[in-house]
Amino acid sequence: MSVKQAHAPQLEGELVGRGRRDGNRLFKEWYAELDAAAAAGDPTAYVFVMGSAAEVLKAFDLNLVFPEINSLQMAVRKVSLDYLNKAEDYGYSTDVCGYVKADVGMHLDARKHPNGRIPKPSIVVATNMCNTYVKWVEIWQRMYGCKVFVLDIPGQRGIGWSTEPGSEQFENDRRYVQSQLEELIEACVAVTGRPFKIERLQENLAHVNRMAADWKAVLRLNQNIPAPFNAMADGLTYMGVLSAYRGTETGARYMAELREEMEHKVRLGIGTIAEERFRLHGVGPACYPYFRRFLELFQDWGAVFVSTEYLAYAGGGLDLGIQFDVERPLESLAEQLLITGRRSMSNMFFSQDQLADTVRDWKADGIVYHSVKSCRTVSTGMADSREYLTRIKDVPSLFVESDLVDPRIWSEAQFKNRIDAYFEALGARKSAALVAAKG
Amino acid sequence: MAVAVRSELGAILERCAGLAEDVTYPSVRRWREDHPGGHAVGHFQVYFPEELIHAAGMLPVTLMGAGSRLEAKQADSHIGSFICSICRTSLELGFSGRVGFLDAFYTTPICDVARNLAGIWGRNFKGMTAEILYLPQNANAKQAVPYLRNEYARVLAELERIAGRPIEEADLRRSIGVYNENRRLLRELYRFKRETPWLLSTTEAYVLAKAGTVMPREDHNEILRTALAEIPNRDGRRQDRVRVVFEGGFCEQPPLDMLQLIEEACYIVDDDLLIGMRWIVDDVPETGDPLFALAESYLERSTYSSVQHDDRKPKEEMLLRRLAESGAQAVILAAAKMCEPGLDEQVAYSKTLEEKKIPFLLLDFEEKMTAFERMRMEVETFVESILFD
Repeated sequence: MSVKQAHAPQLEGELVGRGRRDGNRLFKEWYAELDAAAAAGDPTAYVFVMGSAAEVLKAFDLNLVFPEINSLQMAVRKVSLDYLNKAEDYGYSTDVCGYVKADVGMHLDARKHPNGRIPKPSIVVATNMCNTYVKWVEIWQRMYGCKVFVLDIPGQRGIGWSTEPGSEQFENDRRYVQSQLEELIEACVAVTGRPFKIERLQENLAHVNRMAADWKAVLRLNQNIPAPFNAMADGLTYMGVLSAYRGTETGARYMAELREEMEHKVRLGIGTIAEERFRLHGVGPACYPYFRRFLELFQDWGAVFVSTEYLAYAGGGLDLGIQFDVERPLESLAEQLLITGRRSMSNMFFSQDQLADTVRDWKADGIVYHSVKSCRTVSTGMADSREYLTRIKDVPSLFVESDLVDPRIWSEAQFKNRIDAYFEALGARKSAALVAAKG
Repeated sequence: MAVAVRSELGAILERCAGLAEDVTYPSVRRWREDHPGGHAVGHFQVYFPEELIHAAGMLPVTLMGAGSRLEAKQADSHIGSFICSICRTSLELGFSGRVGFLDAFYTTPICDVARNLAGIWGRNFKGMTAEILYLPQNANAKQAVPYLRNEYARVLAELERIAGRPIEEADLRRSIGVYNENRRLLRELYRFKRETPWLLSTTEAYVLAKAGTVMPREDHNEILRTALAEIPNRDGRRQDRVRVVFEGGFCEQPPLDMLQLIEEACYIVDDDLLIGMRWIVDDVPETGDPLFALAESYLERSTYSSVQHDDRKPKEEMLLRRLAESGAQAVILAAAKMCEPGLDEQVAYSKTLEEKKIPFLLLDFEEKMTAFERMRMEVETFVESILFD
């Protein structure tokens, strides 16, 4: 499995859209591998997009299953309700996270996913970056008796609180994380029967270094006008590869080629729509059961999501780049997990100042907050963060609610009304600003 | 509360019930008046090492929502729609100024709504420390105790800053002693509930315990000691009633009316209400490093709840143990609306109970609910189904 290796100048038609095409292909190949692993009974780890510990798990050649991606795929393929119903019939409340329920429904259906059969878990790893992860892994533990490992990454304690590597506080947290990584390695040895080879971990870290540097560059290329990709739409494919192929040569090369494509588009001024009238920053995921419609409601107004918080925290915290010191792999992994994991959590719990910076740097006209019933991690503080940014930073924003997997929560008429009203107001604001600028 | 009451106990219960339900926090306000320059520190459910606050000479106050006694008028515009009531009304306590007497507010990573409270609190209530105490979520990690010991030291340093004075080890040991006594008394209270539920109802035990969340523990110990001395003298008569465990009150608290209606149909002989007060199940060592002792006790001398994963405490097994130790024959499996941990656990518990052929009743509740007719019918039907099975 490898991304197209040709680096010679290509026809523009081949280069533009390559990231999406290759991303889709890699995804199909990844699901095919999982299907084969299910048939062969190969050792498999279930992990989450935030804090997957892929660097360690891939050192043991464990297949990685991302249940969040599985549930998202069910929603995009418009079959999530079937799975949600199975879980609710089993006993899960309508108020339980839809990602969890779609996944439970799939397990109750012998792990038959629309993209292929999913292997049983040998080990499951949950970070505390979303508390529901911890409840989720308990479900698999009960179903399969698999090893559960909670990787605890202590987050930011309060507004304005930060620590730097080397400080006493940081070192206390780092020692705790590093010790857990050592225990995770012991657990992987026990589960797979395979020895731990430090050089494999070092290789994986080096791949992530390259991947993260290019991912950071890709995200920043969207600061250009027009933005070369839609962070809410195209970004989802890119981020999927980022998670599934983290720590691999394939993933690192994909990201390098994606960067090449985006640089090319920026050079030629190629955007995602004919006229980029509004630039938006998105907080929260999209409504995937109605993904196309969700995006159209914004695109119809000439709006492009130039950035999203989702790409930051659900992208495994690689948005600001990452540089592992491969000469001291475990210590460095612990440090970076702490730094990136903490930042991902801060993007949800203490997001206000960082949001204002993103709006400024990505030249966004406003923020769209999409609160989703399933995910209280990202949704709880949104309304307050919005109120704060409006009051303190005068950032115009839209607040809408639905779900990321449950089609029953979606109300298109309500969405459209609010979106239309928002853009009318945003348009008037931009016009007024232009008039004022002209003096 | 059908049991006839003699002597002081009636007055104590009346006072505690008043404190448990009063969202103006009269006991805290009185304490602030009596302690000019004193400080009060609030914390959200479920567990917080109050000994740290107590050792600083401050008053710990548990914030656990406001039931139906406060409408979340301002909080609703600061929090999403699909959020539990306890977090809404806890925020409203802040927005309405009712807990303006607090100098700090702590929450813990019991769930992501709770973690978000620190950000919301910090953005809106300036001048007040608003932080997350990061209790370890890998309870099985070898370094969990040392990590937590240092996390407690971090909190202690912030409390010292607020207090404007150092907190000595001797202060901490003294506080641990006071809280050990409190936990012993609460265990005794629960022994009455288990062994002689006709002498002490759950509603009574609940208000007696809850009063401790808004007053100094020394005062609470005095109340409990007096109550415990009186309870054996009550003239309640044993009845042939179904004995149940109530599970699902670890964070958002069910309305008193709900507990009462359950008790009208059966004895609740054990529960997880206010479990944070009883989280540590044995005495915390009063020798050695007090922060280490507290950290170790959180992990090694503790009960279970939906908001902690610990491989050593499989929750279904722990529930079955609670059932066996209390001699209960059935379980009320409650969960607060919109509570992810509680609702997830409800399914796991119900599957185990089904497998073990132990009767159970699923109840969803909200702290602010006021209509109970349907629930009453469900409980009565459940109890009758056991009696006539």
